[in-house]
Amino acid sequence: MSSVSDTQYFTVGEPIADTKAPDVPINLMWDERRFEAKLVNPTNRRKRSVIIVGTGLAGGSAAATLGEAGYHVKNFCYQDSPRRAHSIAAQGGINAAKNYRNDGDSVHRLFYDTVKGGDYRSRESNVYRLSQVSVEIIDQCVAQGVPFAREYGGLLDNRSFGGVQVSRTFYARGQTGQQLLLGAYQALERQIGAGNVEMYTRHEMLDVVLVEGRARGIVVRDMVSGEIETHMADVVVLGTGGYGNVFFLSTNAMGCNVTATWRAHRKGAYFGNPCYTQIHPTCIPVSGDYQSKLTLMSESLRNDGRIWVPVQAGDDRDPRQIPEAERDYYLERRYPAFGNLVPRDVASRAAKQACDEGRGVGPGGRGVFLDFADAIARLGRKAVEAKYGNLFEMYAQITGEDPYVTPMRIYPAVHYTMGGLWVDYDLESTIPGLFVIGEANFSDHGANRLGASALMQGLSDGYFVLPSTIANYLADAPFEAADSTHPAAVEATDAVRERVQRLLSINGTRTVDSFHKELGHIMWEYCGMERSAEGLTKAIGLIRALREEFWTNVRVTGANEELNQTLERAGRVADFFELGELMCIDALHREESCGGHFRAEHQTPDGEALRDDDNFAYVAAWEFGGDGGGPVLHKEDLVYEAIEMKQRSYK
Amino acid sequence: MNITLRVWRQRNSDDAGGMQTYQVTDVSPDMSFLEMLDVLNENLTIAGEDPIAFDSDCREGICGMCGLVINGLAHGPKERVTTCQLHMRSFSDGDVIDVEPWRAEPFTVIKDLIVDRGAFDRIIQAGGFITAPTGTAPDAHAVPVPKADADAAFDAATCIGCGACVAACPNGSASLFVAAKVTHLGLLPQGQPERHSRALDMVAQADLEGFGGCTQIGECTAACPKGIQIDLISRLNRDVLGALTHRA
Amino acid sequence: MAISGLVLILFLLAHMYGNLKVFEGQDAFDSYSHHLRELGEPILPYGGALWIIRVVLLAAIVVHAVSAIILWRRARRATGGKGGARYASSKAPRGAQRSYASFTLRWGGVTIALFVIYHLLHLTTNTIAPGGASDSPYERVVNGFSIWWVVLSYTIALIALAFHLRHGIWAAMATLGANTSPKRRKNLNIVAVVVAAVIVVGFLIPPYAVLLGLVG
Repeated sequence: MSSVSDTQYFTVGEPIADTKAPDVPINLMWDERRFEAKLVNPTNRRKRSVIIVGTGLAGGSAAATLGEAGYHVKNFCYQDSPRRAHSIAAQGGINAAKNYRNDGDSVHRLFYDTVKGGDYRSRESNVYRLSQVSVEIIDQCVAQGVPFAREYGGLLDNRSFGGVQVSRTFYARGQTGQQLLLGAYQALERQIGAGNVEMYTRHEMLDVVLVEGRARGIVVRDMVSGEIETHMADVVVLGTGGYGNVFFLSTNAMGCNVTATWRAHRKGAYFGNPCYTQIHPTCIPVSGDYQSKLTLMSESLRNDGRIWVPVQAGDDRDPRQIPEAERDYYLERRYPAFGNLVPRDVASRAAKQACDEGRGVGPGGRGVFLDFADAIARLGRKAVEAKYGNLFEMYAQITGEDPYVTPMRIYPAVHYTMGGLWVDYDLESTIPGLFVIGEANFSDHGANRLGASALMQGLSDGYFVLPSTIANYLADAPFEAADSTHPAAVEATDAVRERVQRLLSINGTRTVDSFHKELGHIMWEYCGMERSAEGLTKAIGLIRALREEFWTNVRVTGANEELNQTLERAGRVADFFELGELMCIDALHREESCGGHFRAEHQTPDGEALRDDDNFAYVAAWEFGGDGGGPVLHKEDLVYEAIEMKQRSYK
Repeated sequence: MNITLRVWRQRNSDDAGGMQTYQVTDVSPDMSFLEMLDVLNENLTIAGEDPIAFDSDCREGICGMCGLVINGLAHGPKERVTTCQLHMRSFSDGDVIDVEPWRAEPFTVIKDLIVDRGAFDRIIQAGGFITAPTGTAPDAHAVPVPKADADAAFDAATCIGCGACVAACPNGSASLFVAAKVTHLGLLPQGQPERHSRALDMVAQADLEGFGGCTQIGECTAACPKGIQIDLISRLNRDVLGALTHRA
Repeated sequence: MAISGLVLILFLLAHMYGNLKVFEGQDAFDSYSHHLRELGEPILPYGGALWIIRVVLLAAIVVHAVSAIILWRRARRATGGKGGARYASSKAPRGAQRSYASFTLRWGGVTIALFVIYHLLHLTTNTIAPGGASDSPYERVVNGFSIWWVVLSYTIALIALAFHLRHGIWAAMATLGANTSPKRRKNLNIVAVVVAAVIVVGFLIPPYAVLLGLVG
């Protein structure tokens, strides 16, 4: 139960539940839903218009598929080309229950692993469907020409990823996201060329337009001319990615932001589990205040690298001069069975603790060593080079240090956000006609995402799930005629203009980035790898004060009627303040530890995450409570029928 | 380190533009080139000046959004890196560094260092795909692909569409970009049915966009952050010749 | 561009081979020159083969020049008329790697075209006859190349040709699809250098031999 102390921040509303998943056994649900769903006659599709925001794996694949199906699609992205969406940076691979290795994999096993990996905080029905659809994704991508890794026999190669016991991960060297995204991008460009999809690049969504309670359009800013435009359609889809940039430093791209989903949240879409963030343990540490982003290195490095810090705090000797006896291989010491291969969240927290004790290494003391000296001595430099050569090269490129000679330095970084807009089985949010796909929704990963599952979810939503469920919605069209002169559209557009003018008129003394960095610092410190009631309460106060200062003291140069990158960033940071506060409230209210959410007060004697299934086996769906009002919590109880809940242990 | 920058400033596509000089002090060798520009922009903003507009997104060398001509070289002096992966340790204290946008007629300068690369998207629209509507695919193992072909296709498919090849080419040609996509798809069995039309249509679109022709100088390959090799242009030409001789 | 260029290179090789006959003396050289006109007889009329060759060569030159102009115009359009010099920075005048030869292709081509006209007026039509006109091709060669500035003018033209061929041969082969790998790229470039060197040295031997008094 929520403690009394946090209710000052929010109120509890009516429970919420998914009503769309049919009441049949889980393995028949998707078939049943597709069968009962209404269809749109092919000749009518051209008359139905769809707005899709985002061109990543989810948005791009959805736009291509719906365009091909014959709908009139308008697709928007803030980058200069749909090919730049940040899905492109995903490295590892994509899971699919193909069982090509005959190693006992199945749809059910992928389903089970995903639910377990999510620490039993995801919805069974959605995850089961994801596992079913995974199989078709690989077929689709191969047909498009995605050059997956192959074996000498010409068949697809698979590897085991993220600690699972079967080899179900398909990959294209370390650039799987790039190759999958280019597949979707090419399919999308074909539809653009065919006139089925209208593409709007360098357009940023700033609000959603609701007509009679339905999402009917969006307000966007043309980032080149500054023109505020209104686009209307029968349905709106958000595939706008995650919000890891609330931390300022993350592995996200510079432009990744929460504005699209946050603006929809403010208009009535519930936000699910905002506090669930995934932190990746093997990133390259921060080298100075100027740092703009963090770069991830494959977790596979932990297979052969040994993680350590000096025993003595403040020991700044050259690591090669520190004798064995004065090194603390803390993961091997604390987790003798798993050693350096403990899960991401455990490894991340342990690194933070070592640094908090003053034993961190490198600039600012925020880093731990990942040492390959033993591996090089044991396997030889050649073998290490063959396995990790490209990663070592990348590390040397960024840090200027040679990891063959001195140990690498690593530190955890924010990588993925499991939370997002709440959606039902049809991927429809609490606003009718507003569908949310990919990382932007909360649906499939629970409290922690399994490796190689983000790509799977994005493509599953975009290629297969959304095109079926959106047809059911569009079958009820036409809705009330509404163009950009509709009062609701005019009102939303005016509000956007007003907000832009307000940002431009403050003319204070601090830059947007300085606010963003400070917000990120607060979030990382108090709502990062380890959270406590005390810290979160403090963070909420700090964020509110900073937000107030922002609105009185930020300096946004230039005008609206031009390409203005400062203005773009200012709007995004303004929304991050509000999101950050909600994340802290969510983290504060969830008096348990689960997956990526670790509350210091709730751990086992061994320092493991301690779930409270009796009181917290639910999705926290937050309703916007108005400016100045606290959010309203709606709980969706998670019922496990196909899978039994268990506690995990890595000792 | 202290650096002098000469940066191309241009308010919008109608403005004539010109080089302007800025001093950046206390530059750390560990900064990336773009982080150095971030620092300069912070200072410009505080001073009430318009910050320098430049494109970047992933800042890990894969999205293809960033791209500056630094000291006359696309993506700067270091081989096989994007601008975001170029670090200040590649320069020395006291250096004067020239920073300019990609230049080619089809790449209009929108502001300062930002150009419009929409022409690349239109070249892909012309044929840079395999027609495979969602849901129509056979099982992924239905057609084996020799590993060597899959690997070579992958190498070509690593093109990030940044445009450095065009920026570096004395002829302003997009041949390497076109060749990379034609090679990627043409090496795979799934790409065979459209192989001829793809090559012809993409080349025709590149010509229509106003890119120059290839004279095999090799600056494209040298500038390419992903190391796409110039032999792919030979391959593109073979496909075009094949298409022309088979079309009757 | 590539095909016409290769046709012209084949001609150059044959022409160079013929020139070297100058070392076999006046009779051999003059009769070689005469035989060119009898080539293909009796199927072809006297001088027929030579005219076919001339027509093919002229066509190749026209195609080569027209293609060059098209490429040139496209490059100018794509780069605002400035080509490789379109950046304000002067710090990378030779780009990242480009060869000097690649710079000389267009103006070098024009130089060669002008030289060919001069060359035809000199040794074919004998309109210009430094050192004295003659009906004997051998004598025209010997008369002309005994003068130092004639040899110098030919040398300059042949150096231009050398650079033109150095890049042109590689580019022609690559354009026709012969560049199949990075290794092949290297080899094709070696071939280009070797062929260019052979042709130019082969052409320079007779004039210098004449100038130094080894022939005549």
